[in-house]
Amino acid sequence: MMAKKQTKAKHVINREWCKGCGICVHFCPGNVLELDEWFKCFAARPDDCVGCRLCELRCPDFAIQVVVQSKQDQVA
Amino acid sequence: MAYDDYIRKRFFPHIWCPGCGHGIVLNALTRSLDSLGFDKNEMVMVSGIGCSARISGYVDLHSMHTIHGRALAFATGIKLSRPELKLIVPMGDGDALAIGGNHFIHAARRNIDITAIVINNRIYGMTGGQYSPLSGVGVRATTAPYSNIDPAFDVVEMATAAGATFVARTTTYHVREMSKFFQKAILHKGFSVVEVLSQCPTNFGRRNKAGDAVHMMESYKNGTVVAGSADDVPGSGKIRRGVFVEKTAPEYCDEYARIIRVARKGA
Amino acid sequence: MKNKTAFIQGNEVCARAAIYAGVGFFAGYPITPSTEIAEFMARELPKRQGTFIQMEDEISSLCAVIGASLTGCKAMTATSGPGFSLMQEALGYAVMAEIPCVIVDVQRGGPSTGLPTHVMQGDVCQARWGIHGDHAIVAMTASGNQELFKITVDAFNIAETYRTPVILLLDIPSEGEIEVVERLRTAVKQGVDFHPYLPREDGRLPMSDFGGVHRYNVTGLFHDMWGFPSDDPQVVHGLLRHLADKINNNVDNIARFKEYYLDDADLVLVSYGSSARSALHLVESRRRRGEKYGLLELQTLWPFPHSIVREKCANARYVAVVEMNLGQITKEVKEAVDRPERVYLLNRIDGVYITPTDIRNMLRVIQGRGV
Ligand SMILES: Cc1ncc(C[n+]2csc(CCOP(=O)(O)OP(=O)(O)O)c2C)c(N)n1
Ligand code: SF4
Ligand code: SF4
Ligand code: SF4
Repeated sequence: MMAKKQTKAKHVINREWCKGCGICVHFCPGNVLELDEWFKCFAARPDDCVGCRLCELRCPDFAIQVVVQSKQDQVA
Repeated sequence: MAYDDYIRKRFFPHIWCPGCGHGIVLNALTRSLDSLGFDKNEMVMVSGIGCSARISGYVDLHSMHTIHGRALAFATGIKLSRPELKLIVPMGDGDALAIGGNHFIHAARRNIDITAIVINNRIYGMTGGQYSPLSGVGVRATTAPYSNIDPAFDVVEMATAAGATFVARTTTYHVREMSKFFQKAILHKGFSVVEVLSQCPTNFGRRNKAGDAVHMMESYKNGTVVAGSADDVPGSGKIRRGVFVEKTAPEYCDEYARIIRVARKGA
Repeated sequence: MKNKTAFIQGNEVCARAAIYAGVGFFAGYPITPSTEIAEFMARELPKRQGTFIQMEDEISSLCAVIGASLTGCKAMTATSGPGFSLMQEALGYAVMAEIPCVIVDVQRGGPSTGLPTHVMQGDVCQARWGIHGDHAIVAMTASGNQELFKITVDAFNIAETYRTPVILLLDIPSEGEIEVVERLRTAVKQGVDFHPYLPREDGRLPMSDFGGVHRYNVTGLFHDMWGFPSDDPQVVHGLLRHLADKINNNVDNIARFKEYYLDDADLVLVSYGSSARSALHLVESRRRRGEKYGLLELQTLWPFPHSIVREKCANARYVAVVEMNLGQITKEVKEAVDRPERVYLLNRIDGVYITPTDIRNMLRVIQGRGV
């Protein structure tokens, strides 16, 4: 079986800036993100991330950044 | 440079409500600037008054937050006296087309090289939800408690008719498209207009049962269509996105430079 | 937040009073902190067959109000500093063409966008001299909701009586039988020459509604008794005199004020708007301690009631003007009294309401008692 994911992503979330609007959560194609009890975004299932960065692009508050590393980077 | 080098981080978190589209526009704009790679010192942002107009305070460019409706007039002065600067003017729908409507059509008519971004949330956000010239018939606003009877402008048609040489429309859902249009508009020589349909969850969404930011963005996803695509059929009831005008015409500052040459030859 | 609630209440009182006075037309453009008046009118006027319209800016708002007034209905607009600045040209037109209307300016901190949700009394002199050219103007204000109701009705009454725009300066955003003056309409019959700009003996000018039987010209140019443009020196002189005299010769009729404990006061505070409330508070607490403080609260600021101020301050050892600006009314008070060197300014200019404690502390300084 082929490996499911091609990428490994790290989600850098600025909790001070996140306003909990839920835009990133709702539109994430991999259903990676959730809001915690303080209505702050966190990566609940980081391994499901496809690295599309749409969360980062749509965040109105510059509160989430996706750092995508390719497989090769990980080996190196 | 990274995209977030274009914001003034010390003023964050910004003043906008959770889910407000203005933040998404700022986000796309910083990415466009990053891709274009201009020197920050060559860029000027001028805005008027409104929630949207607060964008100018958050970008690390020469920035000017002026008075309601007149941003394009201030920008015209800057551009004409320093034509080598790139001018970006973000405006709310009220700012751009109610009190600023006159300046908008005349800037378009002159085809002066300024990029106008009309962030259309169909409401006066800052003053608490009164109808704007883009609200449209049937909308509820604090000054239209029995529903609005004012028909709306179509920004694209109006900018086109007035003489803008680049006219495009996108939404806060279509972030990559928005960023692309911003880049094209900024590179375009002449008056360029990008209308961005944007959500004001606080003062439009709640009053008009349009839901929260997520719901409003879903409606941009489902209620719009790329102009010229297979789904773009008459009567679809969908709002068309895309670049509607992209043409060349004499640019105002160039024409003025020509006048200077003529005048000096005569002297 | 506190300021805001006060504003909302005051705006609503003003709007209700306007309805009571018979306003039939409102045109405006949203601006904090005046927007509640527009929102109230959008709800209430249609229920009463009146008209509300949100215009594209303040310039067009006052223009629409003037047009509506000419058709015979009482008309008003409401705004705040930046919008009031935009209205100056049309305001001058209303003065020149003698069109009754009421312009509410809910003052914010200025200049420019300034402090939208905080209070100041900075537009007092703009109300007097914001428009170009010599003219007389009526500007009124109130310190509390009760008086605001009455003063708003008075504003409409004075507008109709003297065929003039009246400015209502609010900074608190603030019952009994109150008289409502109806517009004076001409008795001249159809077919008989009607002179819209020929004052009667008492100085008043009966009007005829647009759409009625008399068709006449209205202009912002100097004009003759038919309203036709004229630059005849005699006509120009006569009109300018008339425009000033109809207000200035009626200072005492237009003046509205309240006095508290002035009979034996040796320290007279002069104030208006919200600062007058703090001043009254202080005066009352000092009176309880037997100190002879009094208050003169002005409700009409323009035309400035010089003779009333002179008379009320005649026996005072000190006169202290309490206002939230750099002394726009203090200057007038100094001009009114016999001994201007006894007049002091007690002010705050930081967007915060002046309190009785502020006034007390400043008074200690001028009385040489230290803070
Ligand atoms: C001359 C003047 N009139 C009115 C106002 C009050 N005002 C501030 S922002 C605004 C409208 C905001 O709506 P819009 O331009 O659509 O931008 P948004 O807040 O929705 O982003 C108004 C009417 C003002 N500042 N100046
Ligand atoms: S989109 Fe941004 S602000 Fe909204 S929940 Fe996600 S991280 Fe937070
Ligand atoms: S990068 Fe894409 S898949 Fe990954 S969390 Fe963001 S939106 Fe989801
Ligand atoms: S009121 Fe509306 S436009 Fe203004 S910040 Fe809030 S959501 Fe955005």
